[in-house]
Amino acid sequence: MLTKDTVLPRLIEIITPFNRAGTDLNAKTTFATDLELDSLTVMDLTAEIEDEYDMLIPVNMLPDLETIGDVADAVVKIKNA
Amino acid sequence: MPDLFDKFQPLIDQYEGLMASGLRDPFHLQMDEILSPTRAVVNGREIILVGTYNYMGMTFDPDVIEAGQKALAEFGAGTTGSRVLNGTFQGHAECEAALRDFYDMEHAMVFSTGYQANLGLMSAIAGRGDYIVLDADSHASIYDGCAMGNADIVRFKHNDVADLEKRLKRIPDGAGVLVVLEGVYSMVGDIAPLKEMVAVAKAAGAMIAVDEAHAMGFFGEHGRGVFEQAGVEDDVDFVVGTFSKSVGTVGGFIVSNHPKFEVLRFVARPYVYTASLPPAVVACSAASIRKLKYAHNKRAHLWEASRHLHKSLREAGFTLGTETAESAIIAVKMPDQETSAKMWTALIEEGVYVNMVPPQATPGLHLLRCSLCADHTSAQVEEIIARFKRAAATAGLPLKA
Repeated sequence: MLTKDTVLPRLIEIITPFNRAGTDLNAKTTFATDLELDSLTVMDLTAEIEDEYDMLIPVNMLPDLETIGDVADAVVKIKNA
Repeated sequence: MPDLFDKFQPLIDQYEGLMASGLRDPFHLQMDEILSPTRAVVNGREIILVGTYNYMGMTFDPDVIEAGQKALAEFGAGTTGSRVLNGTFQGHAECEAALRDFYDMEHAMVFSTGYQANLGLMSAIAGRGDYIVLDADSHASIYDGCAMGNADIVRFKHNDVADLEKRLKRIPDGAGVLVVLEGVYSMVGDIAPLKEMVAVAKAAGAMIAVDEAHAMGFFGEHGRGVFEQAGVEDDVDFVVGTFSKSVGTVGGFIVSNHPKFEVLRFVARPYVYTASLPPAVVACSAASIRKLKYAHNKRAHLWEASRHLHKSLREAGFTLGTETAESAIIAVKMPDQETSAKMWTALIEEGVYVNMVPPQATPGLHLLRCSLCADHTSAQVEEIIARFKRAAATAGLPLKA
């Protein structure tokens, strides 16, 4: 069973190369406002997270994933479903 | 209370900045006269049209015009109704028959635009718990149709067979899956490796839709599209297309051999809740489709013109979207938005119209897009090349040695 406690630090590792603005990365960091990611970068990042966990994060789910914590919750929920 | 338009301010500023630089407005060009599929008059001057998607030059075909005039006189200006109410006339049935014949398929369904055909298919065919797997570079109508429906939407990297396969493997067992591909991708005019992609999608048990909007008329022996050329006709469940390119009118369609296909007429909302095409439009379209089937000479000429323009622009030092002419679209890459606008203006001043692709359509790319027409003469193509070279000098566009 994956838990948010293990997923969150790994997600932060994956997101770090995308953090050009040098923002502090934690569960509350937002992709659009804090990280200022454009749509192409979001696609690349999503693909990396999907590969890490061998899962799919459907495009229609993305608007609900505002923060790194939201993604961690989604990964845990989908993988443990 | 905030003005709801405030969110558009960055776009308004960008547009006003472009206009303040004294350049021509690429997005509000008015064609005062259309002389032929390849010539128009703008501001009293004749220009060569090189950005119309009028691939087969059917807009002024005498048989097409005659069919439209007859239908206009006999059936009136419009249908004033939905296809499922009072809006199916003899011409709509004839148009669907022409499509069934052209594609050699059992079923054909005509929509009021190509955009609506994709909206209708994507939104209706896959429901909650189903998956639509699409190429990241899919047309806006495919994305919008997905957004209208309730399926889970999964993207794969543009034209990447391995990435498609990887994503298909991650879909939970038991979910319905539609894989959506395009024959020709309209931004840079590259074609999909349909043979490989269809094989991967079939192996995963998915249904397959191919949008052949930019390929109908001149790919494959019968001009059906890239899927015909790739030899995968028997494995494709739906072909989506448009009348607003090679057919030369406006409208959209889906053709299929699926035995339950006709139910889409009840469940595809963009088909049900809009007025059907005017009688003249379906009459023109049917006449055009019947002629396209046998337009072998036009096809050959279109390919020749496309390959020649591609080769010549490349030799002149322009940076193009594809290594070779994969379709009748030739996209010229610009270094930035400002140079793109300058080059577009210089081309118009030279008497050449191409599409300036708005940056929001192709994030990270600035494109001037040419599309060839079977009616472009060899002399016109030479003229286009010469004018491109002069426009590059005027616009200060650096060319490769």
